[in-house]
Amino acid sequence: MRTERLAVRGNETVGPYALVRLARGGLDPGQPGQFFMLEAPGRVLPRPFSLCLAGTGELAFLVDPVGHGTRAISALARGDAIRVTGPLGHGFDLSVRRPLLVGGGIGVAPFPYLSRALGGPPALLGFRTAHHAEAASLVPNAEVVLDPTLVTEALPDDPGDVLACGPEPMLDAVRQLAPHAQLAWEAPMACGFGACYGCVVEVEGRLQRLCIAGPVLRAA
Amino acid sequence: MTVPILNASGCLDALTAPEVALALDAFVTKTITPLPRDGNQPVRIAETDAGMLNSIGLQGPGIDGLVDRTLPALSQLGLRVWVSVGGFSVVDYAAICARLDGRVDVEVIELNLSCPNVEEAPETAAQIVAGCRALTTKPLYAKLSPATWDISESAKAVVAAGADGLSLVNTIRGMALDPQTLRPRLGRGTGGYSGPALKPIALACISACARAVDVPIVGMGGVGSGLDALELIAAGASVVSLGTILFADPAAPARVRRELLAEATARGYANPLAARGVANG
Repeated sequence: MRTERLAVRGNETVGPYALVRLARGGLDPGQPGQFFMLEAPGRVLPRPFSLCLAGTGELAFLVDPVGHGTRAISALARGDAIRVTGPLGHGFDLSVRRPLLVGGGIGVAPFPYLSRALGGPPALLGFRTAHHAEAASLVPNAEVVLDPTLVTEALPDDPGDVLACGPEPMLDAVRQLAPHAQLAWEAPMACGFGACYGCVVEVEGRLQRLCIAGPVLRAA
Repeated sequence: MTVPILNASGCLDALTAPEVALALDAFVTKTITPLPRDGNQPVRIAETDAGMLNSIGLQGPGIDGLVDRTLPALSQLGLRVWVSVGGFSVVDYAAICARLDGRVDVEVIELNLSCPNVEEAPETAAQIVAGCRALTTKPLYAKLSPATWDISESAKAVVAAGADGLSLVNTIRGMALDPQTLRPRLGRGTGGYSGPALKPIALACISACARAVDVPIVGMGGVGSGLDALELIAAGASVVSLGTILFADPAAPARVRRELLAEATARGYANPLAARGVANG
């Protein structure tokens, strides 16, 4: 874990989302599924984002502008600089034989980086609208389903090694169908490195810090 | 004379972020209770415009876990350790102090007399301090709540009961509502309010206590910069703790220390401590 101020290199619109590209500085991109805490200008706390893309000398994050912090980050422009801490947490286990990426909405965020690490496996992505589904262009070999179709309805009978990221109800449904899946969860967190105890989730019957135990957890 | 910089209890885990703890002059543990605690149900944190609320609820391994696992691990890191002690009665606090009394790996005991997220002990802060004083020769710091009518009266009472120093201030109870549902955003309804909004409250409390008693004061509440730290020193703090800022900037210890020296020098002070109490006339 390192903390640095990183310069904003660019900010592109992808459907309703912003793809914010930062100069990498001395930060390591880490494993797919690990995350970074990004300063939200004007706010007290940073916000957690999994790495979306690791272009040459860059770290890029896909941001859904839904609240004060994410709106401030999605409004960043070239020439701005923000404090970034990471990489944090545990990412996806890449030793899988038949990977299938399963994502919902902004849960697509870690998949471009993950897909490259796994050599472009098939992906199944669900979105609310065609506008949101523009983010699927970031992921090779993606099959897209739109609301009201659920990704779990499009899962093959034998889905292989599922690596999933999306809203909680989707992850719960995936867990039922693929008990060995790797699921990337999210929770509100103040720090991202085990200090605040704000992000606890129940794991094996105990409240554990998602930032330390996860954010990628085994379904079973 | 440098001003030591610590973390506020509950704002850092030295075992998950040792590099942050090693940048401090001493590490203050999360408040330890007699028995292990799971803490409160989520949602536990909520950001507001000028601060944050937390309702963690003293999640921790209990005194046995601290003694068996945490303290040896902290020693291995080479940290100077202050242990924050909590409980629900004088007996709770005193029993933990007795367990820590002979340990060379504990430098100071800070009594958390003011957690806003759990039930309070029925006794007064001074009664708790007196009960602990009887069972330990370790330096005892009393951490007081800012939510009292006259904090200088509490300060005088705990010092008379044997406190060696004060930690000022704890978070203050607050609430945030979801703008759509108008229901509390925290699972427990209310939480401890910290961050920039706490600084004026901390300044007033530190100033009042510094006028009332002559003991070391660990100042905390909304410190995000060296100038914030210098202000707390001007109000009477002799040590400064970092809380919420550590969540946003884990590199804050070195930065605040650097800025503090520069801000003191810029105002003509030979060192930051030379500014201690100047706000109090």
